[in-house]
Amino acid sequence: MSKLTVQGRNTVRYCIVFLSLLILFFIAVIWSIKSGSVDISVKDILRIVFLRDGTDNVAFNVIWKIRLPRILLSVLLGGALSLSGFLIQTFFRNPIAGPFVLGISSGAKMFLAIVTIAMANVFKQMPLSITVIASFVGSMLSLLLVLLFTGKVKNMSMLLVIGIMIGYICSAVTDLLINFAKESEIVNLTHWSLGTFSGASWQSVRVCSFIVLPALLIAFLLSKPMSAYALGEGYAQSLGMNVKAFRIAIVIVTGVLSACVAAFAGPISFVGIAVPHISRILLKTNKPILMIPASFLCGSVFCVLCDLAARMLFSPTELSISTVTSAIGAPIVIWLMVSRGRKKDA
Amino acid sequence: MPDIDKLPAKLELESLTVGYHGVPLISDIAFSLAKGEILTLIGPNGSGKSTILKSITRQLATIAGTVYIDGRDIHTLSGKEIATKMAVVLTQRVRPEMMTCRELVAAGRYPYTGSFGLLTAHDKEVVERSLDRVHALDIADQDVTAISDGQRQRVLLARAICQEPEIIVLDEPTSFLDIRHKIELLGILSDMAKNNGITVVMSLHEIDLAERISDRIVCVKGEKIAAYGTPEELFKDETVRALYDIESGSFNALLGCVELPAPAGEIRCFVTGGAGFGIPFYRALQKRGIAFAAGILPENDVDVAVAGPLAGKLILTAPYMPVTEANALEAKQIIDRVEFVIDSGCPTGEYNRANADLISYARENGKRIITTLKELSEVS
Repeated sequence: MSKLTVQGRNTVRYCIVFLSLLILFFIAVIWSIKSGSVDISVKDILRIVFLRDGTDNVAFNVIWKIRLPRILLSVLLGGALSLSGFLIQTFFRNPIAGPFVLGISSGAKMFLAIVTIAMANVFKQMPLSITVIASFVGSMLSLLLVLLFTGKVKNMSMLLVIGIMIGYICSAVTDLLINFAKESEIVNLTHWSLGTFSGASWQSVRVCSFIVLPALLIAFLLSKPMSAYALGEGYAQSLGMNVKAFRIAIVIVTGVLSACVAAFAGPISFVGIAVPHISRILLKTNKPILMIPASFLCGSVFCVLCDLAARMLFSPTELSISTVTSAIGAPIVIWLMVSRGRKKDA
Repeated sequence: MPDIDKLPAKLELESLTVGYHGVPLISDIAFSLAKGEILTLIGPNGSGKSTILKSITRQLATIAGTVYIDGRDIHTLSGKEIATKMAVVLTQRVRPEMMTCRELVAAGRYPYTGSFGLLTAHDKEVVERSLDRVHALDIADQDVTAISDGQRQRVLLARAICQEPEIIVLDEPTSFLDIRHKIELLGILSDMAKNNGITVVMSLHEIDLAERISDRIVCVKGEKIAAYGTPEELFKDETVRALYDIESGSFNALLGCVELPAPAGEIRCFVTGGAGFGIPFYRALQKRGIAFAAGILPENDVDVAVAGPLAGKLILTAPYMPVTEANALEAKQIIDRVEFVIDSGCPTGEYNRANADLISYARENGKRIITTLKELSEVS
């Protein structure tokens, strides 16, 4: 086996993976636009989406007002979640870490619980914007707390423990609040915890793209130091990179991405752990420059399909997105653990 | 400032104090190395070898003093400048996910590549050359987690070489390697120093290997450097014993052999040795815990290196001279008291005919004569 053929074969593999992901992406999106209580033919979809034909049509309104923003939101947030998972796995050099290990979703939930209960008298039905703002602020607060420790701890696994502990503290506070709250006051909270893309609007798509796309760009720009960081901090430092600044940058990008997901769709489980892994297995490499776009794209496809399943499986009853992602993601994680264990024993 | 009289040294440490969190561990460290020289830090576990190396590579803040590279204080250099001058091989385990050896080596190009770390044709050529340098081209496409410790160490060295440094710092590069891989790795380092003018600073546990490869040696122990010099100056038995606080057992600096403590108790056996024939018997007796006497050996015999530290009693004669009457008598007196005698099979000639006489004497006196290790193993 000469080296050229091996490297050449890898390049072919990367091209095939990206091409198939793109094809899969378009299939998922079109299938998702097509399916629902009103079935729309592919021909109509293309006409309505690209030519904006038939403004007064029911299908036009269904696509432009309901389905398209929801799909775009799942594209953005699915990608964001998977990317933040990849970043946190790189950061901890642990392939089973997830973006919510830093206690971000628990922080979001706690703050949301506080706001919900405090404002129970003000609003009969909690406006979506307040839910989004409250959970984003909560995420950012726990992220700040984690950042405070990032500079101080020498050992990365210690940070992992701190993140998990912050999560427990937030959960304890949340549970305490729920104990003293009336059932009707926490409906909103329960709804949020399950996770859903159903609240999508063009407004939320716009806000999300303002957060997610720049974060994606920054992550991509960090791909060079990220690859050096994979060797360990000692080597990274000896190659002339500023490890401390890099660590903080990664925590911020990861935190902002997952906070955005938590705010707009709730704490969606498993995507952040499982999808980067699927991308890694497809590409057979962990090079950040390839993995960043691949895990984003893969996350988008995964979430669009999972959201489609959530909408359609027991239609007209809609499942929460986490139900679907967990059902698919959890077996993947178990399989990963087992196969990793086997590899280590060998 | 570094000494102005001579050319700026490649690497120079000036009254350096190192330690963790501002607490000094070792102070007043000073040495200077020219291009292509090899310096080895030796010393017991936990003596601070790694701490010194980490301070040289800027992984650890120094407490006082200065490290100069080409006469420039390393703390005035940018991370990138340092990276093009100095590369490291660390003790920390490298377990990257899904990375081939070639990719790991290519990480060494970091200071030379652009914002996205893409490799140019020249970079790729350097990667191949570095892999070839450590004879690792055959494993280049294997996953880093799938290769052996010896191979991984060579690949890590290739990564350092790929950085095209002038100085390579290695922290215990031979740990976990078997003897063949140790020799192989140190051979590459020695070759690089001589032929490519790369300055090498490393820590080693194997004092015998350190002696053979190094131009200079620093003994690290206690709050100051215990000793610094060329191996010839330093490698006296006492230096090593003092450095490692060896109270039991011995280390022969000349031959580099390490012996465990001598067996205690009444002498039960006499060994006639010489020319290395006795050595396996001395070691076997040590393992069995049987105290023994050995002789009659010329002072310069290779057997003495092992029998010296292990034998309860050793009878020596002047080199290249026939055995004296007094020596022979002393040996016979010991034979009278022992349970058995070992004839190690050393050929006897003009100078050591006495040993053949001793065996005859023992036989006449009804002593059991053992000639093989197998027989010895049956002795209770």
